[in-house]
Amino acid sequence: MNAPPVTPLLQVEDLRCTFDVSKPWLNRLIEGEPRRSLKAVDGVSFDITRGETFALVGESGCGKSTVARLVVGLYQPDGGRIVFDGEDPAQLDAARRQKLRRRFQMIFQDPYASLNPRWRVDRIIAEPIRVFGLMREDAQIRRRVAELLTLVGLSPADGTRYPHEFSGGQRQRICIARALANNPEFLVCDEPTSALDVSVQAQILNLMKDLQDEFGLTYLFISHDLAVVRHMANRVGVMYLGRLVEIADSRTLFEQARHPYTRMLLATIPDISMSGQARPAAQGEVPNPITPPPGCTFHPRCALADERCRREPPQLLPAGPARHAACHAVQEGRDAAPALRHDTD
Amino acid sequence: MAPPPLSPNDAPLLRVRGLRIEFPTRRGTLVAIDDVSFDVARGEVLGMVGESGAGKSLTGAAIIGLLEPPGRIAGGEILLHGRPIHALPPAEMRRIRGRHISMVFQDPLTSLNPLLTVGDQIVETILTHKPIGEQAARRRAVELLEEVGIPAPDQRIDHYPHQFSGGMRQRVVIALALCADPELIIADEPTTALDVSVQAQIIALLRRLCREHHTAVILVTHDMGVIAETADRVAVMYAGRIAEIGPVREVVKQPQHPYTRGLMGSIPVLGAGSRRLVQIDGAMPRLTAIPSGCAFHPRCGEAFARCREERPELLAAGHARAACWLYAGDNAAERAR
Repeated sequence: MNAPPVTPLLQVEDLRCTFDVSKPWLNRLIEGEPRRSLKAVDGVSFDITRGETFALVGESGCGKSTVARLVVGLYQPDGGRIVFDGEDPAQLDAARRQKLRRRFQMIFQDPYASLNPRWRVDRIIAEPIRVFGLMREDAQIRRRVAELLTLVGLSPADGTRYPHEFSGGQRQRICIARALANNPEFLVCDEPTSALDVSVQAQILNLMKDLQDEFGLTYLFISHDLAVVRHMANRVGVMYLGRLVEIADSRTLFEQARHPYTRMLLATIPDISMSGQARPAAQGEVPNPITPPPGCTFHPRCALADERCRREPPQLLPAGPARHAACHAVQEGRDAAPALRHDTD
Repeated sequence: MAPPPLSPNDAPLLRVRGLRIEFPTRRGTLVAIDDVSFDVARGEVLGMVGESGAGKSLTGAAIIGLLEPPGRIAGGEILLHGRPIHALPPAEMRRIRGRHISMVFQDPLTSLNPLLTVGDQIVETILTHKPIGEQAARRRAVELLEEVGIPAPDQRIDHYPHQFSGGMRQRVVIALALCADPELIIADEPTTALDVSVQAQIIALLRRLCREHHTAVILVTHDMGVIAETADRVAVMYAGRIAEIGPVREVVKQPQHPYTRGLMGSIPVLGAGSRRLVQIDGAMPRLTAIPSGCAFHPRCGEAFARCREERPELLAAGHARAACWLYAGDNAAERAR
C-alpha cells in the first residue's frame, strides 16, 4: 500500500515555485527596499497512482492551487520536476509535449470566470477537440459535443445557448464536459465545488465519481474543505505555507492524523453530527508567506513546538504505515495524541 | 449591561410577521421574500440557512432597515419589543441601528473604513449611541478590543484596518457591533470570507459574547455545520420562504421537510467516509419563475397533487414546523396512494 510497484501516473519531485512580489522598480529605489519573493511552493513531492484521487488540502495561501497550475503547465516551476507517465514535459519537443498534454485537463474553481461569455456552449466544449486536432469533420464534432453534454447531465440542445443562461452548477457541468472532450486520463480539479451551494456540490461530486468509475480517471483534487476531501480522495496531502506537512491514506489521515496542523484543521470542522463534544479552538492565523517563521513554519501555532522546531525545518519522513509527516515531534514521538474528535462510526 | 427592556420580558425581542419583499422591475414585480414569519427571543441565536438566492440575507437586511432600493417591504411587519420598525423614517431607524440592532457583515475589509483607525471607528460609534465623554469612550474601546481577543489592544487601537489580518479584522467588526450593547446582532455570513481555522475562532467568540451580554443573534449562513454548532433554533429558507423552522437539534438530526432532508444528506460528513451523497436534482427556481403551490414540488420526490396547486403554510412536524403538505392531517390518505 505504501509504495505501489507500478509506475505512478504522475510523479512530482521537489517542486518549487517562487513569485516576485517586489514593489515596482522606482518605489524600491526611493524607499530603499530590496526585492521580495514569495515561496508559493517549496519542495513538494508526491506520486499519484493511476485511477486514484489524490487530494491537496490547506488554507488559502498554502500553495495548493499553485501546485495544480504547475502540474498542468500554467506556471513554470523554478525547481524540481513533474513526470507524467514516465515522461517529463519540460524535456520533450513541442510536438511530443502537445501529445502528452492531450492526456490531462483541468477544472477550475469559478465556473463564472472560466467560460468565455461570448462563445456558445458547443463551441466551448469543442475547443479542445479542435485545438488537439482530434476530429476534423463538423458533423463528427457535433456528435461528440452532444455526447459530452449528455454525459454530464445536460441536454444536447443546451449547446446552442450561452454560459450566462446557466446556473453555477450547470456551468461547472459545462466545464467538466470541456475537460473530458479530449478523453484525458488525468484531471486536475482546483476547488471544483467551492463556488457552489451544498446541494449543487453534491450533484457535481456525485458526477465526478461516476465519471471516474466510467472512464478510470485519475484526479488531483484541490480543496480547503476536509469533509469534501474525505468524501472524494483515496490519499491526501496536507499543505501549509508551501510545504507538504503530512501525506497519508485518506482513512489513515482522517481517523488518526499525526501532524499537529492536520489535527488542528480536523478540529476546526463544525460538528454537524452534534455530538456535543467540546473541541479545542485553533490558535492563531496563517503567517504572511513572504516572511515565514524560521524552522518549522507551523511552530508559532503549535502546542508541541520546542527549540528544534524553531530552528530546523522538518523533513517529510515516513511516520507509520501509509503515512509521511514533516514534524520533529512526530519523529521524536513527542506527539502522544489526545483522543481525536471524529470517530468514524 | 443590557439596556432596559422597552416592554415586558415575556414578549419576544423581535417579531416578524408576514414579511414580503418586492423588487419592481421593468418586466413586473419580483417577490423575493414572501410571507415570512418568525420570532427571536432575548438572548437566542436563530440560524437562517439556505442556498444562494433563498432570501436569507435579504430578510436580515430588511430587519435592520438596510434593504437596497429598489427592493422594498411590500407587506407584513417587523416588531422590536412590540414596536413596528419596518416603516420608520430614516433618522429614527438610525437611532435603532447600532443601538438596538447591529450588524456583522461577511467581508470585514469592506465593512471597516480604511481611512480611519479602528479606534476612531469604535469611539465614533460609542459616542453616537452613548452619553459618555471621549476619554471614557476610548477606554471602553480598548476594553471591547480586549474582549474580542485582540492582543495588545491599547496599541492596536491606533492601527488601521489594513494592518490587521482577516480574522483580527472580523474581531474588530464584532467589537463595533457590540459598542452600544445592542439586543440583537444580525450576522450575515460572518465567517464565509475567513480561513477554516479562523472560522472556528470567530464562531466561538460570537457565541461566548452573546451569552455574556445576553444578546440575541440572527446568524445568516449557508453552512449547516456553523448553524449546528451555534444556533438554538434554525429557519431553513427556500425560494423566499421558510421551509422549516425549529430547534436546531431536531432540524439537524431529524429534518422533516423533504428539502431539509435532501440538504442535510447532500453535505459530506467526515465520519461517513465516501458514501454517495444524497442528490436533490435541479436547482432552486429563479424569482421570475417560482413554481405554483409549494415552490419545492418540482424537485420533491414526495410531491402529490395538492403540492402543485396549493401553497403550504408552516405546519407542526415532529418538534419543528415545516411548510409541507405531508404534515397536514387530512393528507394521510392521499399520501398513502
